[in-house]
Amino acid sequence: MQVNDSKNFEPVIAAFCCNWCSYAGADLSGTNRLSYPTNVKIIRVPCSCRVNPMFILRAFQRGADGVIICGCHPGDCHYTSGNYFTRRRITLLYSMLDFLGIERNRTRLEWVSAAEGAKFASVMEQFTEDVRKLGPNRRLEDLRCRKK
Amino acid sequence: MQEKMKQRAKELLADGTVNRVMGWKKGEFGYDTTPAVFRSAEEIDKYFVCDDFTNSNLSKLLVKESKKDGVILAFLKPCDTYSFNQLLKEHRIDREKVYIIGIPGGPKLDAEIIKSKGITGITGVKNVNYTLVIDTIYGEEKMPFYEAVSVKCKSCKSKKHVIYDELIGDDGDILESDRFDEVEKLENMTSRERFDFWQRELSKCIRCNACKNVCPACTCEKCVFDNPKSGIENKAVSDSFEEKLFHIIRAFHVAGRCTDCGECSRVCPQNIPLHLLNRKFIKDINSLYGEYQAGADLDTKNPLTDYSTDDCEPSIVHERGVE
Amino acid sequence: MLKISLDRLDDFFARVASEQSLYMPVDREDGQAEFRKWTEGSKLSQRLNTVRSAKDFFFPQTENLVDFKIQGKNIEVLDTREECEDFAVFGVRACDARSFSILDKVFLCEPVDSYYKNRREHGVIISLSCTRPAETCFCTVFGIDPVEPEGDISCSTDGKSMFFKVNTPKGEEFVKKFADVFEDGDPAQLEKMKEFSRNVFKKLPLANLSTDSFGGDKMMKLFNSPKWAELSEACIGCGTCTFICPTCQCYDIRDFKTNDGVKRFRCWDSCMYSEFTKMAHGNPRVSQLERFRQRFMHKLVYFPSNNDGEFGCVGCGRCLTKCPSSINIVKVMKALEVEE
Repeated sequence: MQVNDSKNFEPVIAAFCCNWCSYAGADLSGTNRLSYPTNVKIIRVPCSCRVNPMFILRAFQRGADGVIICGCHPGDCHYTSGNYFTRRRITLLYSMLDFLGIERNRTRLEWVSAAEGAKFASVMEQFTEDVRKLGPNRRLEDLRCRKK
Repeated sequence: MQEKMKQRAKELLADGTVNRVMGWKKGEFGYDTTPAVFRSAEEIDKYFVCDDFTNSNLSKLLVKESKKDGVILAFLKPCDTYSFNQLLKEHRIDREKVYIIGIPGGPKLDAEIIKSKGITGITGVKNVNYTLVIDTIYGEEKMPFYEAVSVKCKSCKSKKHVIYDELIGDDGDILESDRFDEVEKLENMTSRERFDFWQRELSKCIRCNACKNVCPACTCEKCVFDNPKSGIENKAVSDSFEEKLFHIIRAFHVAGRCTDCGECSRVCPQNIPLHLLNRKFIKDINSLYGEYQAGADLDTKNPLTDYSTDDCEPSIVHERGVE
Repeated sequence: MLKISLDRLDDFFARVASEQSLYMPVDREDGQAEFRKWTEGSKLSQRLNTVRSAKDFFFPQTENLVDFKIQGKNIEVLDTREECEDFAVFGVRACDARSFSILDKVFLCEPVDSYYKNRREHGVIISLSCTRPAETCFCTVFGIDPVEPEGDISCSTDGKSMFFKVNTPKGEEFVKKFADVFEDGDPAQLEKMKEFSRNVFKKLPLANLSTDSFGGDKMMKLFNSPKWAELSEACIGCGTCTFICPTCQCYDIRDFKTNDGVKRFRCWDSCMYSEFTKMAHGNPRVSQLERFRQRFMHKLVYFPSNNDGEFGCVGCGRCLTKCPSSINIVKVMKALEVEE
């Protein structure tokens, strides 16, 4: 279903990045002079496991069109097991959002290590493209926060 | 049944095993029973009731009661024992302070369903061989017993008591239930249809908080929705976003701890099928992390505070089912 | 007397709706009724009452009061009030019709609530008399005549026609506006029906409930009654009773921060909630017992003491059907009465 009301739609992407891997990965992609879309707003969290479901919903409420969570690869968590919990939690949450009829491509989780600068850039590129195709977030937005 | 319960309660009160009894109290019209604590044999004789309408789950009230002095006797239906066990697992109830008598479960009835058939002026309801004989001020009405079964009892998962000190009546078995059928039906709709379905249902929400307050899994000392500092405690229904946020968070917070007792849907004044949100989580947990029944025992780890290194990736939810 | 035959009632609705918004109770898929705006094909519900009361029309659950636009250090105050358009509500029962006069006492006394007043002035209430009350009805206890309801216009039916009785100048104006749809009818049969209905009301299980033990002068005795502990035992502290109640009028005012400003809105609040009337030091009512007591004391004691003895309850019976624990004002009244 295409709900793109303007051809020049630029999505807002909230990216929750773990401090130890993905945030460093974003940094690396920068030092390597790789570009990724400016639509992506990075929010640094100590661990992907810190991402409370409320953060994700709040991002959508405040105008995000897509939310992506990035953490260390399973097994590499700075806190040993944080991202394993993330994985279960986020799976269930995304499944619930899907159950409520929120478009699937608005949510994603990717594992990006500190050495994967190129992966970070390509993941963001791809995700932004996917969300752009979906158009503005209308099913999980707060009308009071809509940009005028 | 009711007489046996009363008698046993009075015996336990008399011999000092317990100093209070928790059960249900008669109402005005034969269907409006209230959970109540009885302190004497006279009170029990006068007000105690256990019939087709005693459908409320007493387990959550025991959190408060088990903090008081002395042992309390509680009559628990099979589904209530799951909630009780779950609370015990979370250290919310002092086991020593509760004496549990397991009683047979439902199916219990919902007076709202009877009324929705246009039957009104109800002054009493009797079950005569599974036909409800309803006394009303307009004369006698009849309807099949099973048509009035409450939503929470419609797809019963278990007739087995998972915890008790003694039983009245026989213990039952865990049942093969069709409780996920409705969830599956929704899963097979398109994303747009699902969205419309939930938008329609959730827009009825009046934010009365009955679903969260009655939930035996919701026992936080200070709920995030009651906390003005959380920024989301609005009682308002200003925007449809807030309803979704409230119901997603409510259901998510009890995921892995919800025993599927159905109280949320029973109490909803707007008849929103809230249990479907909880069941969706249960179904997902079962299919992705292995069969799990909250409250079934005291040892198994809650799937959300546990993990396995070869768990599926979240992308699985985007790959299966209908978009 | 003005009348419209029942088979032409839908035409009447369509006619009114073509000129102004018309709301009436319609059935929902789950077998309950709610007030909805009339659209083509809407059918008047046969249920006695709606889940939510009719107070929403004048005192909505959430209402924007004012907006603040923030630009740098400047704050611009925007008045979001608009002149409300004329609307009519059909099918308000006697209990809800009375609830408006109770709400008026709160919102229209000085300082006048202009938001409420705006809506009130533009709404025409067309009430509908009751013929088949439920066991939970006890409006007669509070001196309400369910057969002759209040409202700008009151309607009753004799099974063939709907009779319209005009009670206020606003109602007069409404009838004039749609004069062509009414016929003149003989209400003889109607009077017989009314007599019959009145007898039904006398047979209701709660018809003999007494309010003698309540009122402003019994304040301290009732407040200190030991019964409250037992009565509030099963209360789960939800706001169902207050939100479906036609006369509960407490609200909270809050700010919502949007992306470029602030929306100040008010929303219903419930005395059952822990953060109700929260002040710097916390909530003055720390236990559920105190919160529970507040609701009933307000309806049965504080309100009459401030309003010439008028009770803050209209006996609609909604809390009797909807309370998750089936505790309600009737049980409270009966329990406290015993003490007398």
